Amino acid sequence: MDILVCIKQVPDTKDIRLDPETNTLAREGVESIMNPFDRHALEEAVSLKEEHGGTVTALSMGPPQAETVLREALSCGADNGVLISDRAFAGADTWATSYTLARAVETLGGFDLILCGKQAIDGDTAQVGPGLACRLDLPYVTCVQKTREVTADSIQVERMMDDGYDILRLPLPALLTVVKDINEPRVPSLKGKMKAKKAKIEALTAADIGAEKQFIGLAGSPTQVVNVFSPPPRGNRTVFSGTIEEQVSQLVEQLQPYL
Amino acid sequence: MLIVDSEKCIGCGVCEENCPFGAIAVVDGCAVVDDGCTLCGSCVETCEVGALHIEGAEKKAQADLEEWSGIWVFAEYRHGRVAPVAYELLGIGRQLADQRGVPLSAVFLGSGIEDQAGLLIAAGADKVFLVDDPFLEDYREDVYGRILVELIREHKPEVVLAGATAIGRSVIPQVATVLGAGLTADCTGLAIREEDGMLLQTRPAFGGNVMATIVCPHSRPQMATVRPKVMVPAEPDPGRSGEVVRVVPAAGVLSSKVEVLGSVQSEQDQVNIQEVEILVSGGRGLESEKGFELIRELADELGGAVAASRAAVDSGWISYPHQVGQTGKTVCPKLYIACGISGAIQHLVGMQSAETIVAINRDENAPIFDIATYSLVGDLFDIVPLLTTRIREGRGR
Repeated sequence: MDILVCIKQVPDTKDIRLDPETNTLAREGVESIMNPFDRHALEEAVSLKEEHGGTVTALSMGPPQAETVLREALSCGADNGVLISDRAFAGADTWATSYTLARAVETLGGFDLILCGKQAIDGDTAQVGPGLACRLDLPYVTCVQKTREVTADSIQVERMMDDGYDILRLPLPALLTVVKDINEPRVPSLKGKMKAKKAKIEALTAADIGAEKQFIGLAGSPTQVVNVFSPPPRGNRTVFSGTIEEQVSQLVEQLQPYL
Repeated sequence: MLIVDSEKCIGCGVCEENCPFGAIAVVDGCAVVDDGCTLCGSCVETCEVGALHIEGAEKKAQADLEEWSGIWVFAEYRHGRVAPVAYELLGIGRQLADQRGVPLSAVFLGSGIEDQAGLLIAAGADKVFLVDDPFLEDYREDVYGRILVELIREHKPEVVLAGATAIGRSVIPQVATVLGAGLTADCTGLAIREEDGMLLQTRPAFGGNVMATIVCPHSRPQMATVRPKVMVPAEPDPGRSGEVVRVVPAAGVLSSKVEVLGSVQSEQDQVNIQEVEILVSGGRGLESEKGFELIRELADELGGAVAASRAAVDSGWISYPHQVGQTGKTVCPKLYIACGISGAIQHLVGMQSAETIVAINRDENAPIFDIATYSLVGDLFDIVPLLTTRIREGRGR
């Protein structure tokens, strides 16, 4: 089973605090990490490969430094890393991104299963996975919390819903987006790290994947950001004082509108 | 492209500090942009001297822009009920439609749902496109998507809204991709721009640290998923009149590559934490699964539901559907009571838009207190049961 995993490099938000006075972000040395949901997609791909054989290819679209997350994917068990990178991709919204990824998948060709994280934590749109499936005309399921029986031409999954879960069977090839409940990602082994360090990451440009100019980057994006602003600050803050009894009494008084 | 006006730039470095991608550096007293730039726009706003701007791309507008008219709402239905977010969408949809002077329609898909179409009219819809077929008993992306695409192509609405729910967020991207339409995820604000009638879609970006307003200038329909609990449903008016249009899908539409083998409704997870007014949430400070009993008692007393931080879920004390935050759900209740949650940014981004936030924590330096409306510093094992008791006593009076 040949599996493709889509991976995005995102800014890490760990240890970042909101400044309560200005309600802006206090950033100190923001590092880039592999999108947490994609880590789960990768783990699922690698464990499916271990069980059923085949290969795992990690694909990322981003600036040249996104190579780092692909090496990380290799150290966690992926066989190949492919980076699609081109300044012409900058400013892509989810529509243009899914187009670009689809062109890359078609260029690489021959996958039985495509796995994506449910969403990336910098954009939180959850739109690229379904968009990619649609462009490749693949059946897809979002928010998969478990993969079950896998045969040569089908896969059974549990999909998380707002009120429980559905059990579904899809013919292969198919695309799944996964939630973090699906598995516990492994820590890269030393051997894996060594291998990843030396591995060659395939680099593709817009021309390499035959992407048409009017469909990529800012030009290919139907949505346009017209304003970016700080969220309105939260209202007054009250810190109660006194004994526990006193604090609770004050709180109960304030909560009257909700009782 | 992000353009730096070197005449205006004073090399202060504010943009460098604020760039979420570390793509700006001040070199020789002037900001320089590298390949990491995603054109997100965060820096443009923070630049105090106005030295940064994003140069838009020249684009050709879709030819028939003017032919698209009307506001549409996807009225989600599952397991015997209309999703509450559908009424919220009709509430905001009504306002948008009135402002544009166009009708408001609901698209209603399911099996045996015809008798509930009237609820949507009472909630503000002028028209309900009803597709009632046993095949739609189960939700499947491909079938729902195909029906929506067909209907939208035929009737050409200018705006299509859906709830940012599990179903909405899985089917709508497909529809937008096929139609070549712009789609904004998880909006918390919608308005009509006066000068040209365009839909202004506002959403939190970077985990809620900045807000972005987005438009779709060149394509139709303008599509958005909308965060549950943010929009206000209209008071239902059973006397409202409207039209129910029964739609029979074309041959081949009602077929799917996906086979539904079962649908499990979880007892514990039946309450969707995105849909309730009051949430009592527990974190690492609860110390064990048993700690959640205190949380549950308080939630029951308040008529609310139980939520949790990632730490509590990862410890196995409560299931994942209860998790609030970056890798869980984003909630927007009227009241959020955080018990033993320190308030990592990943948690805060999932709940900071709650109307009132109460924080109970032993550590007076916990970041949760930075955003709490009311803060109680102390042992939650003392405070929470006392709070439950006091509220119960208050009711008895």
